[in-house]
Amino acid sequence: MRYLPLTPTDRAEMLATIGVGTIDDLFSDVPEAARRAALFDLPLHAGELEVERELAGLAAMNRPAGAGPFFCGAGAYRHHVPATVDHIIQRSEFLTSYTPYQPEIAQGTLQVLFEFQTQVAALTGLDVANASMYDGSTACAEAVMMSQRVTRRKKAVLSGGLHPHYAATTQTIAHAEGMDIVRQAAAIDAEAAVLDAIDAETACVVVQTPNVFGVVTDVTKIAEAAHAAGALLIVVTTEAVSYGLLKSPGEMGADIAVAEGQSIGNGLNFGGPYVGLFACREKLVRQMPGRLCGETVDAEGRRGFVLTLSTREQHIRREKATSNICTNSGLCALAFTIHLSLLGERGLRELAALNHSKARELRDALAAVPGVEVLTSRFFNEFAIRLKGDAASVVETMLADGVVGGVPFSRLDPHAGMDDVLLVTATETTTSEHIQAFASALAGRTA
Amino acid sequence: MTMQNVGRPTRPHAASQSGHTSLTGGRGLLQDEALIFELGGWDKTGVDLASADHDASDLGDLVRAAPIGLPGLSEPEAMRHYVRLSQKNHAIDLALYPLGSCTMKHNPRLNEKVARLAGFGDLHPMAPQSTVQGALALMDRLAHWLKTLTGMPAIALSPKAGAHGELCGLLAIRAAHEANGQGHRRTVLVPTSAHGTNPATAAFVGYSVVEIAQTDDGRVDIVDLAAKLSPDVAAIMVTNPNTCGLFERDVIEIGRLTHEAGAYFYCDGANFNAIVGRVRPGDLGVDAMHINLHKTFSTPHGGGGPGAGPVVLSAALAPFAPAPWVVAGEGGFKLVEETIEEAAQGFGRMSAFHGQMGMFVRAYAYMLSHGADGLRQVAEDAVLNANYVKAKLSPVMTAAFPDGPCMHEALFDDAWLEGTDITTLDFAKAMIDEGFHPMTMYFPLVVHGAMLIEPTETEPKQELDRFCEALTALALAAKGGDVDRFKGAPYLAPLRRLDETQAARKPRLTWRPEDKSVSPAPLAAE
Repeated sequence: MRYLPLTPTDRAEMLATIGVGTIDDLFSDVPEAARRAALFDLPLHAGELEVERELAGLAAMNRPAGAGPFFCGAGAYRHHVPATVDHIIQRSEFLTSYTPYQPEIAQGTLQVLFEFQTQVAALTGLDVANASMYDGSTACAEAVMMSQRVTRRKKAVLSGGLHPHYAATTQTIAHAEGMDIVRQAAAIDAEAAVLDAIDAETACVVVQTPNVFGVVTDVTKIAEAAHAAGALLIVVTTEAVSYGLLKSPGEMGADIAVAEGQSIGNGLNFGGPYVGLFACREKLVRQMPGRLCGETVDAEGRRGFVLTLSTREQHIRREKATSNICTNSGLCALAFTIHLSLLGERGLRELAALNHSKARELRDALAAVPGVEVLTSRFFNEFAIRLKGDAASVVETMLADGVVGGVPFSRLDPHAGMDDVLLVTATETTTSEHIQAFASALAGRTA
Repeated sequence: MTMQNVGRPTRPHAASQSGHTSLTGGRGLLQDEALIFELGGWDKTGVDLASADHDASDLGDLVRAAPIGLPGLSEPEAMRHYVRLSQKNHAIDLALYPLGSCTMKHNPRLNEKVARLAGFGDLHPMAPQSTVQGALALMDRLAHWLKTLTGMPAIALSPKAGAHGELCGLLAIRAAHEANGQGHRRTVLVPTSAHGTNPATAAFVGYSVVEIAQTDDGRVDIVDLAAKLSPDVAAIMVTNPNTCGLFERDVIEIGRLTHEAGAYFYCDGANFNAIVGRVRPGDLGVDAMHINLHKTFSTPHGGGGPGAGPVVLSAALAPFAPAPWVVAGEGGFKLVEETIEEAAQGFGRMSAFHGQMGMFVRAYAYMLSHGADGLRQVAEDAVLNANYVKAKLSPVMTAAFPDGPCMHEALFDDAWLEGTDITTLDFAKAMIDEGFHPMTMYFPLVVHGAMLIEPTETEPKQELDRFCEALTALALAAKGGDVDRFKGAPYLAPLRRLDETQAARKPRLTWRPEDKSVSPAPLAAE
């Protein structure tokens, strides 16, 4: 077996050194009833060629997003990732290292995390960021639970514009921790409705911008209302490229900003692994979940970086920890940081402008199709349209024309009574030919 | 000899050996490297993008006007910056990485290659299901392997890491209790040796944590367990093999007592590597167990994630699994995304999408490569390697549990350092100078000055010998009074010991413009 270096001779020598006769002697603590002498009913080992053949066969049964016109977003976005990013993250020293518990021999990972935290703080317009979370949805749940620690209140108000899977994740996790989750009904322009739900019991208000329907909102007034009631404002973003064009959560008064960072540096990967961004105001830092990297000096006074404030974390605090999280999303954070370093301020702004431009082109093309109503007026690179008929069926029939025409809202929330709503996205990877193909495929299917 | 040296061969020069410093802070191949905020241009970029055709926007005052504060690097600069940083990391590909309970084993590159096939890597989670049948088939096959290897009937694939899996398992347990009129149960029993995520997760779900005592031979004290198993107990969380690297001999009895008390048996599967292919947790009475794909099934640790933590479930807990899951039907595979319609008892959703698909592909490739025979050999070689290290080091260090075999980890305490003024931490830092990553230290908490060594099955005997020789030499130096070698260590790493106290007292978590004279110049608003 190519991954196992011990030879039969090695094994015999080692057993002799240990002073036992057979390998079974080393498993003597396993109760008799649980020992399985026979091999499991699974295939035997296979060569690299055979394994690659099987995996390639499974991959070939799928239609990649890049195979043709493709307009899905709704929390995961297809962007071009520079070749440099994937090359660097496959370097052994990044790929095959672990959490930097020994900072003297992990400065590579630690300095990257410090750069990542600084970039995320800059993007969100907030003071501090952690070293990443599993993804945007779990970051959202963690932010809601953090608001309970900060305010010592239990009620969280989730806007109807929040991605339904984010709301469901938050409901599952934060409710488990004892919070009362008030989830407002899905609506295109839902943000103002949260104002009525804020009261003296409210720990936080969760608002997404651009929201799941693509609507961009200035949340300044919501921040003011939340703060007046002693609550925190959590701003969620599922498309991190939008930070390059839109006012940041921090500028609009957010206390915590969370986001899905997949768009920058990371592929679609059928939903994971992704990278959750988590930033907040400085005064809240000791209530933050997840790992934090901080600057310090070594014994000779040279600058270095370490994991810090670990007294918040489970390995020290055990049942009193701020979160049970141990792993973060290190390699995806590295990909994010490399891509964003390549973009820089100028590149990110250009990329965001290009995305917005493509989406406007798509909007114009679809608005011209009879039977299509554009529901989102102010958007970034994603918007909602209403069709005459069931959006999921229309998407399915458009596949015959080679067009993957977006995400039916009913797929995210089948109970919202919005079966005719379709979420569509354009990015820099979308071409004018794709847009025309989409408009043609849609024409005649929605009348 | 290289071409440039023809006629001028280099020779070691005694005078250049020690105490030499460069003029710039560089150290040969090891470069000093600034932060991107000090290197990057505020108007520089490493990408060439098409220009936007539709320039006008109706976003008005929603547009970001102020500078963001992001430096850019050209492609060659970015490459050099991150390659230089990479060289300051230890890695499995460089040398032994014996972090106990973390299972740092070889990461096959085939797995990286197949995960990057467009049919997996460029697949949108919300693409129509008819266009992702191969991905759903892979999830179904992965589930089959994991269920077969664990002897458990059901699985939730979506948890994104071990701790996330623990949360998933406890939420299923809570949902099951509530469905059975047992929602009043408020206690979770956890052994004192447990990993910190266990009590943290239990507390997170609202349970009070009660510790179970440990016997002198490093196992769960079954008398104490029996005494604490009351009608208030919802579950026990036991790691097996446990964090001392030992198999819980009484595990079947632990399961029986737990079930008799109406509680569920959660098993932390962090150490599944030691028994895969030889023992099925389902045969031990386990109701739920997370599997760290990044440990047993070798998806790369990536500097601290991403991981993946699917949870296998017993028949009793299966109805409470979270969405989504894959079902095979006549027309192909279907991803069930809503618990409400298909299974009224599901407890909800662990994350936005379907789990760590990139890790599923890698883990499945790893399983296919090993097969039933290779996976059994994995467990055997992992256990053999750990026992070999224990045998080789026991003459100079004190094994915490000297009697009987260990499983995949060899645990030592610091009794052998008594009187030397050298601590476990000092010893670990000196290992860095010898070219090895330290073992897990001060964990489990039940062993004083614990040193937990997990070599894994992918270490050749020669590397283990090299490692044991280095540790033996260090141990003899420690006992021989060579205190400076340890107190000042590491001497030869990219940095010396770091001041963690200062880092925590005055946290500096982001770079600030005032840290350098160059600050971002405002860009013209777009």
